[in-house]
Amino acid sequence: MIECKNITKIYSGNIEQTVALKNVSFTIDEGEFVAIIGPSGSGKSTLMHMLGALDTPTSGKYFLDGKDVSKLSDDELADIRKDKIGFVFQAFNLLPRTTVLKNVMLPLMYAGVPLEERERRAKQALKDAGLNETHFTHLSNQLSGGQMQRVAIARALVNNPSLILADEPTGNLDSKTGDIVLDTFKKLNDQGRTIVLITHERYIADHAKRVIAIKDGEIVEDTLHGIKNKSLNDIKE
Amino acid sequence: MIIKDLFKETFSALLMNKARSGLTVLGIVIGIGSVIALVSIGQGATSSIKSNIESMGSNLVMVTPGAQRGTGVKISAGRGSAKSLKAEDVEAISKLSTVETVAPVVTGQYQVTAKGTNTRTSVVGITTAYADVKSLEVEEGVFITEQNNKSSSKVAVIGPTVRDDLFGEDATDVVGQNIRINNIIFKVVGVTVAKGTSGMSNADDMIYIPLSTAQRFLSGNEYLSTINIEAIDQDSMSVLQAEVTSLLLDLHNITDSTQADFTVTTQEDMIESASSISETLSMLLGGIAAISLVVGGIGIMNMMLTTVTERTREIGLRKAIGAKRKDINMQFLVEAIMLTFIGGIIGVILGGLVAFVLNYFDIISTQVSLFSVLLAFGVSAVIGIVFGYYPARRASNLNPIEALRYE
Repeated sequence: MIECKNITKIYSGNIEQTVALKNVSFTIDEGEFVAIIGPSGSGKSTLMHMLGALDTPTSGKYFLDGKDVSKLSDDELADIRKDKIGFVFQAFNLLPRTTVLKNVMLPLMYAGVPLEERERRAKQALKDAGLNETHFTHLSNQLSGGQMQRVAIARALVNNPSLILADEPTGNLDSKTGDIVLDTFKKLNDQGRTIVLITHERYIADHAKRVIAIKDGEIVEDTLHGIKNKSLNDIKE
Repeated sequence: MIIKDLFKETFSALLMNKARSGLTVLGIVIGIGSVIALVSIGQGATSSIKSNIESMGSNLVMVTPGAQRGTGVKISAGRGSAKSLKAEDVEAISKLSTVETVAPVVTGQYQVTAKGTNTRTSVVGITTAYADVKSLEVEEGVFITEQNNKSSSKVAVIGPTVRDDLFGEDATDVVGQNIRINNIIFKVVGVTVAKGTSGMSNADDMIYIPLSTAQRFLSGNEYLSTINIEAIDQDSMSVLQAEVTSLLLDLHNITDSTQADFTVTTQEDMIESASSISETLSMLLGGIAAISLVVGGIGIMNMMLTTVTERTREIGLRKAIGAKRKDINMQFLVEAIMLTFIGGIIGVILGGLVAFVLNYFDIISTQVSLFSVLLAFGVSAVIGIVFGYYPARRASNLNPIEALRYE
């Protein structure tokens, strides 16, 4: 359902060009839990932006649910994000001084879902993300970091996306709450949701079923349950 | 995104920073409020001048000697100085079918004395018809009678201001006293009811004497200063004006109407010229107030730019979860419009209140018109759009990736 074909991204600066991604190709099937790992500057953030339809590649093609996303306009990309992508950010990015429930309902507002339906779905998403019902009416800034990230996960879930993209979701959390958040992702994956997790820590990546390592804009490793992906070896050779 | 959500989002965003929103709104409140209040003062002045001119009498047409318009050198337009109107003219005019009453007058400025006090004021020689034409009434005593005119009696009816000047504030028993006009003794027979100033002449600061007396003892000739004509109704005023003009041209043997030695003015002409002055005043006042409105608008823009910068990450997030450029643009534009609109409502109420208080305590007469209220709302909405446009555009053009990274 996700298919990247020879994706290259070049940033043109004033003096020199930066090649962030070089001919990256891979596929992710529905229901997978993939970690994309790499040091900073490796191009993993750029890759996440492509997968999240926040940016388009310089060349190559990206198919999401069979639809070519690589040549869409800003507004068309916004529609893709609205319907098919759920984001979880390192800094949570919740609206401050706004209730938990309203934060989660926000994507549904842009999707034009009726108010009662929004509330019902937001409550369900919050339950799925493992947040206690007593917190639903709290303001987002009254929560702990772990709770905030679960609200953010609920917000990513609420539009029932094809893909949940988590960018360093445990980066701002201590290891204990980080584990709880990772567990949440695992549970969601068990329910059949497709999750792509971006991180620079191997320990975190190991929670995923499949790990794609990226370095200097190229895929250097693709392992499924610890077994090296054959197709990648084919590419390498 | 539906309208209801848009307004909800806007309200919660504005309430998020109450102090800042409040101060920004205050700028608009002051702008709109001063527009409403100052324009109401201007319009109050216009309407009070109008009603004063109307109180001079109804359906009034006036003939004055001298040309107001003409080719080449203007003959003196000063009333009374040019001599061209005579009793025959009055006679002829009174025969016109559209005429109700004709009241010829002779006016002059004279020194008036009484028991050690003196004043310089207008002395008007009149006939009995004058009271009808100018809607004059006597408060005490009697008015000038036909008999007074026939016998050129030295009697005078004085206005309340003249009474105050000569006999002291609200003096009683004035009737029967003697006054000297140009050193000729006149007996006061009546005092008129106060009418207020019409902006040009003050009916209260006048002395009325019989026309024949004025001609014989004061002006010393048979000419008239003004012929006041009352038309039978309002519709016939312009007809009357034309008829009087052609009649007098005929009587004075003038073929070229541009060479006329008299001017025929209707009350409407006077109202028109007086209101054009006060309307200019209104516009001036409104213009000054409008400047403060623009300053308020700049305040809106300033706040919106700050808000956009502060909420960069929020904008990034909204874009990431599917908000389109249009959605973001609308959100910030509506915020700006909401600010100005709230400011507009409060400003209209406040400005109206100021106008009401000024009027209520008789400080200055004011009149709040629906037009100025609608204009204020229109202007405040336009200011919201104009000054909100640039910040909203800036917000909607933010790149979501960079916006999300913004610290």
